[in-house]
Amino acid sequence: MFEAQLIAASESELGLTLSTPPRGMFRRAWEVFAENKLALIGLGFIIFILLFCFVGPHLYVTNQTNTDLENYLCRPSASHLLGCDDLGYDELGRLMVGGQTSLEVGLAAALVSVLVGSLYGAISGFAGGIVDSIMMRIVDAGLSLPSLMVIIILSVIFHPTPEVIIFIIAIFYWFGVARLVRGETLALRSREYVQAVKVIGGRPIRSVVRHIVPNAIGTIIVQATFAVADAILTLSVLGFLTLGVAPPATDWGSMLEGGLNYIQGGNYWWLIYPPGVAIILTCIAFNFVGDALRDAFETRLQRR
Amino acid sequence: MVGFLIRRTGQAIFVLILVTAATLGLVHLFPGGPVHALLGQRATPALISYYNHLYGFDQPFYLQYLKWVGQLLHGNLGFSYKLNVSVATLIAQDLPKTIILVFLGTFLSLLFGVPLGVYQAVHRNSASDYTLTGISFLGYSTPTFFLGLVLVDWFAVDTHIFPAFGPQSSSVWSILGDPRALVLPVVTYAFLLYALWSRYMRSSVLDNLVQDYVRTARAKGASERRVVWGHVFRNSLVSIVTLLGLSIPSLVSGAILIEVVFNYSGMGLAFYQAALDNDFEVLLGFTVLATVATVVGNLLADVGYAMLDPRVRY
Repeated sequence: MFEAQLIAASESELGLTLSTPPRGMFRRAWEVFAENKLALIGLGFIIFILLFCFVGPHLYVTNQTNTDLENYLCRPSASHLLGCDDLGYDELGRLMVGGQTSLEVGLAAALVSVLVGSLYGAISGFAGGIVDSIMMRIVDAGLSLPSLMVIIILSVIFHPTPEVIIFIIAIFYWFGVARLVRGETLALRSREYVQAVKVIGGRPIRSVVRHIVPNAIGTIIVQATFAVADAILTLSVLGFLTLGVAPPATDWGSMLEGGLNYIQGGNYWWLIYPPGVAIILTCIAFNFVGDALRDAFETRLQRR
Repeated sequence: MVGFLIRRTGQAIFVLILVTAATLGLVHLFPGGPVHALLGQRATPALISYYNHLYGFDQPFYLQYLKWVGQLLHGNLGFSYKLNVSVATLIAQDLPKTIILVFLGTFLSLLFGVPLGVYQAVHRNSASDYTLTGISFLGYSTPTFFLGLVLVDWFAVDTHIFPAFGPQSSSVWSILGDPRALVLPVVTYAFLLYALWSRYMRSSVLDNLVQDYVRTARAKGASERRVVWGHVFRNSLVSIVTLLGLSIPSLVSGAILIEVVFNYSGMGLAFYQAALDNDFEVLLGFTVLATVATVVGNLLADVGYAMLDPRVRY
């Protein structure tokens, strides 16, 4: 006990003068991130909602494949904590299953678009000249397409499964990422360590993959976080327009669409509010985390 | 400046060519081709090839493209098979209604978003700043249609203050004569845009507040009000102009959802109907129109930025 105190005291006194091991960039970013209470709440909520959707169904077992018309629109009760929908599916159980689709699609679409966008942007910025011009005009074209309109057309054409929806959403998200990463690359390209790779005869792809992308990782991670929220919203829009996943699978947006028919008929609040609030809270959580990450990585740049 | 204009317009034209080609390519993604989607499941191969020939879908893509663009340039945007009218008629009928919605919604959101964004930046990290930030995050994270549903539930179903549907008239004048029915759609639309402007304005003003010209103004003894509204606000407004130009796609997307929720018969609702009906010439025509509006909007925003901001040199 006393020893521990002594060590702690000496560390705090001498911490600045002793040579501490160099802290990694993620460690420093985490320190800034952890100071932000909203971000921690957001992170906590993301962990909660993941557990709720993926572990929850094992604890709160409901039948989400067969309809049960005896329980048509039943009110919340001890056996159905959030009531039932118009096909007799337990609403709380449906919230978990629908959440699985929403989260899986959101995370996967974000991952795909950020991977593609980062590589594209890094290559474009690194190549420069006419290649860069052409690659960026393609991005301009993509960004000026009205994404929701084209996403609607694609969904009508392909009658999408969750896998297809991931790509339909990702197609429109990577353009923005590419433009941002290209901007970062232009700044990084003239750095000494990137020039040095060229001097020692490294291939351009090595500069891009080993030096430029890792140094732009802050921007990339921040974009990925926001992309998750956007993708979840886009999926919910498709669900609402009845262009989302096919029943009996569902997502939060499709659940809202199902509740829409009963909004005039009486007080069926459990059909509308649980999925709507789930979408909002999840997106706010990812936005909080994204905002804090941006601050965290920017601080890193300032300290360097 | 002239050189910049020519170069920037050239870029815009190149982008337009790419985008229109991509859009036309879209209809070829229909399983079995666009004609099959149109004629339905029981179309015979002979019928399909007849219509393919009639509409020129059997020609090479570049010929189809040139022909289609030629038609577009002559104002022929296609023909709706389902509604039996030309797409141009459909647009003439529905576009004014969408413009009313977009204009009122954007105006309302700017009216609140811009001044409140400035206020937040000036009173940074105060309780009111945190509250307004919370509201903005709510705006970012709320699906348009959910907000619409909640407002309908509160103000139409429960209390009957406003009607649940947008104005159902097809004439523009009677829509404007029925402002009560416009309230819920416009407010829903404005709330979601509000987040965009206020966040942007807040960070833009924060950036400007640490600039040298602010210190100069303060050193000269300008009052805080003059510094904020006379100098910082005016400089931040310049970037809002650019953002407005860049936001056209999201303005259009937002309108689609609002129109579906409130059954407001503008272009968005017509587009959604056409999508459900595989009415691909309507889809093409509307998409091209929205895209051209975006490209032109971006171009004007860039040019406007270059003219408004004397620091920008090209």
